Amino acid sequence: MAEKEVVETKKQKKEKMKKIKPGRLAKREARMGYVFVLPWIIGALAFLIVPLCQSFYYSLNRVVLNPTGMKFVFRGFDNYAQISVQDPTFLTDLANYVVTTVISAPVIVVFALIIAMLLNGKIKCRGLFRLIYFLPVIVVSGPVMSMLTGQGATSISSVDASTIQRFLEGVLPTNIAETIANLFGNMTQTLWYSGVQILIFLSALQKINPSLYEAAKIDGGSSWECFWKITLPTIKPMILLNVVYSIVYMSNNGNNNIISSIQTAMFAGTTKGYGYASAMAWLYSVIETVIVAVFALILMTRKDIYQKQVKKAKKEAKKQAKVLKKVQRREMKHEAKIAKATKA
Amino acid sequence: MKQKSQKPPKRNFIQEFKNSPPDVKKEKARKFFFGSKESDGFCKLFIIYALLICIGFIYIYPMLYMISSSFMTLDDLLDTSVQWIPSKLNLDNYINSARSMEFWSSFLKSVVIAGVPTIINVIVCSFVGYGFARFEFKGKYLCMGILIFSYILPSIITMMPTYVLYSNMKIVGHLTAFVLPSLLGQGLNCQLFILIFYQFFRQVPKVLIEAGQVDGAGYLKSYLRISLPSAAPAILTVFLFSIVWYWNESYLTQMYVTGAFRGTSIWTTLIIELKDFNTNYSSAQQSASTTGVSQNNNESIQMAATMLSILPMLIMYFVLQKQFVESIDNAGITGE
Repeated sequence: MAEKEVVETKKQKKEKMKKIKPGRLAKREARMGYVFVLPWIIGALAFLIVPLCQSFYYSLNRVVLNPTGMKFVFRGFDNYAQISVQDPTFLTDLANYVVTTVISAPVIVVFALIIAMLLNGKIKCRGLFRLIYFLPVIVVSGPVMSMLTGQGATSISSVDASTIQRFLEGVLPTNIAETIANLFGNMTQTLWYSGVQILIFLSALQKINPSLYEAAKIDGGSSWECFWKITLPTIKPMILLNVVYSIVYMSNNGNNNIISSIQTAMFAGTTKGYGYASAMAWLYSVIETVIVAVFALILMTRKDIYQKQVKKAKKEAKKQAKVLKKVQRREMKHEAKIAKATKA
Repeated sequence: MKQKSQKPPKRNFIQEFKNSPPDVKKEKARKFFFGSKESDGFCKLFIIYALLICIGFIYIYPMLYMISSSFMTLDDLLDTSVQWIPSKLNLDNYINSARSMEFWSSFLKSVVIAGVPTIINVIVCSFVGYGFARFEFKGKYLCMGILIFSYILPSIITMMPTYVLYSNMKIVGHLTAFVLPSLLGQGLNCQLFILIFYQFFRQVPKVLIEAGQVDGAGYLKSYLRISLPSAAPAILTVFLFSIVWYWNESYLTQMYVTGAFRGTSIWTTLIIELKDFNTNYSSAQQSASTTGVSQNNNESIQMAATMLSILPMLIMYFVLQKQFVESIDNAGITGE
C-alpha cells in the first residue's frame, strides 16, 4: 500500500508541475533570448537552410544560365548518374578522400595526444616547444601547402616512402598500402594539421586534478594504468572533439582537390553547370557527414555503470508499479463481481 | 642571527659519490639514470627531449627549407655542394617576387579582407553566444544542434545557391560578400566562435548578472558592462583565430571577393597572389623582358613568394606568441 501512495503522490506532483505556467520574468527572458540569437537565426535561414534546399533542387535539375536569369530543366537523379560518366576521376578522388580521412584522422589525433603527453611532464622550455608545434596553424593554407609540396619540402628525404610501400603491399591491398605510404611520404603535412589538437589536449591534460594521480600511486597503480584509467577517460570528450575538428579541417581546406574540381565544374559551361556541381557537392557532403557520424558513434561517451544501474532500477520499479496496478484492478473487478453475485 | 644568515656549505656531489661505499654508489647511479618516485631519471628525460626535438625538427623543416632556399641564387640551386646555407645573402628573389605580387597593395587589401569580417565576427558571435548561454527559450537546443551540424557540413554544398544569391545582389567581387554573412553570424568558422563564447559566458557567475539587474541594469547593459568585459580572453582567442583563418582562406575568397571566375575586381590577397604566382610571374616577366631586368621563375623565387605571403602572420605570431599559445587554454573549450 505504501508503494501505491508513493506512486499517487508522484502523479499529483507531476500534475502540479504541469499547472505551473512560466512567469512573466521567464517569458521576458525567453523573448530577450530570441532577440540575442535573432541575427544567427536569420543568417541560418538565409545562408544555410534555404541554400541547402536550393542546392538540392539544383542537383535534380539542369541549370541553364540565360542573360535573363536561370532556367531549370528537371532531370531527376540524372546528374548523380552523370558524375561517373563525365568525371571518372572525381569518384576515385572521392574514394581516396575517404580512405585518407579515415586513416589520417586517428593518426593525427593519436599523434597530438602523444605530443601533448610529452609536453605535459616537467619539461624545460615548454613554451618554446609549444611555439614550434603551434606554428603550422598560422602558416598552413592551400596555396602555401601546394607550393611547399611542389618543392618537396614536406617530405623528409631520409624517410623513404617507397620501401614502406613495398613492405605494406605484401600485407594490404594496393589502394590502402599506397595511402599509408603517402601518409609517411607527406609526414610533415600530416603533422602540420595537428597544431590545434595538441593545444586542446595539453590544456585538457593540465586540468586533470593531480591528486587523482597521487591517490592512484598510493594504491599502487603504475603510470601505464594511470594513463588508461585516469587520463584517457577524462579527456575522452576532447578526443571526439579533435577527431571531428581534424575531419572537418581536412575536408574544408583549400588544398582538397575535390573542392577545386567542384569549383571548376560549376563554371565549366553547358555540359556541367550549377546543377551538376550541386550533385557533386551533395555527394561529397553526405560522405563527409557519414564519416563524422561513424567516428562520433564510436567515440561517444557511454554512460558509466552507476548511471546504468540507476536506470535499470528505475525501470524495474516502474514495472512493479504496473503489475501492482494490474493486480489491484483485477481485485477490484473481482470484488465487484462478488458484490454482484451476492446481490443477485 | 648571524648563523642563520649564513648559507649552508655547498655539497660536493661528485666528491660524495666517490667517497661513498660501492653499494650506495650503485644505488645512486641507478637513481640518476632511471629515476625515483619523486623525480624522473636521466634516461626518461633524455628520451622525452630527444622525441620532442626530433618532432619539432620535422615541424619546422619545411619552414627552414623555405627560408634557406628563398635566399639562394640560381647558381646555389644548381650547385650540389650548397645544401642549406646559401653562399651569399641574396635579396633579389624577394625583390622580384614582391614586384610580381605587388606586395604592398596586396598586403593592405589582405589586411582589410581579413580584418573587417574579423571585427564583425567578434561582435556578432559574442552577441549570439551570450544569447545562447544566458537565456532559456524554446527551440534553443534545436538551434544549437543546427549550429553544430552546420559546422560539420562542408561550405561547398551551399556555395552554388549562395553564389547565385550574391550575384543577384551584385555583391560578388566586393567586400560585402564577406561582411554580410559575418554580420548574420555565418562567416568563416563562425559556428566555432559562437560555441567558444557560449562556453565562456556560461562560466560567468549568474550572481553577477542578478546583482546588476537588482541595481537596474537592463539586458543589453548587463551584456555590455558585465559579461563582455569579463570575456576578454575569449574575445582575443576569437579575434586571433578569425584573422588567421580569413588570411589563409583561399577558395572562398577567390569565389566571392576577388571574383576570379567572373570578371575582375579590385580585391586580392597575398594568398591568392601566391596561388596564381606562376602564371602571374611569367606574364610579368614577359612584359619586363623588354627592359631587361627580369629573372626566370625558379624554385627560390617561389619560396620567396611563399615566405612573403606568410610573413605578416609570422610576425604577428611572434609578437603575440603568448596570447596565441594560451588562447585555447583561455577559450574554455576544455572546461574548468
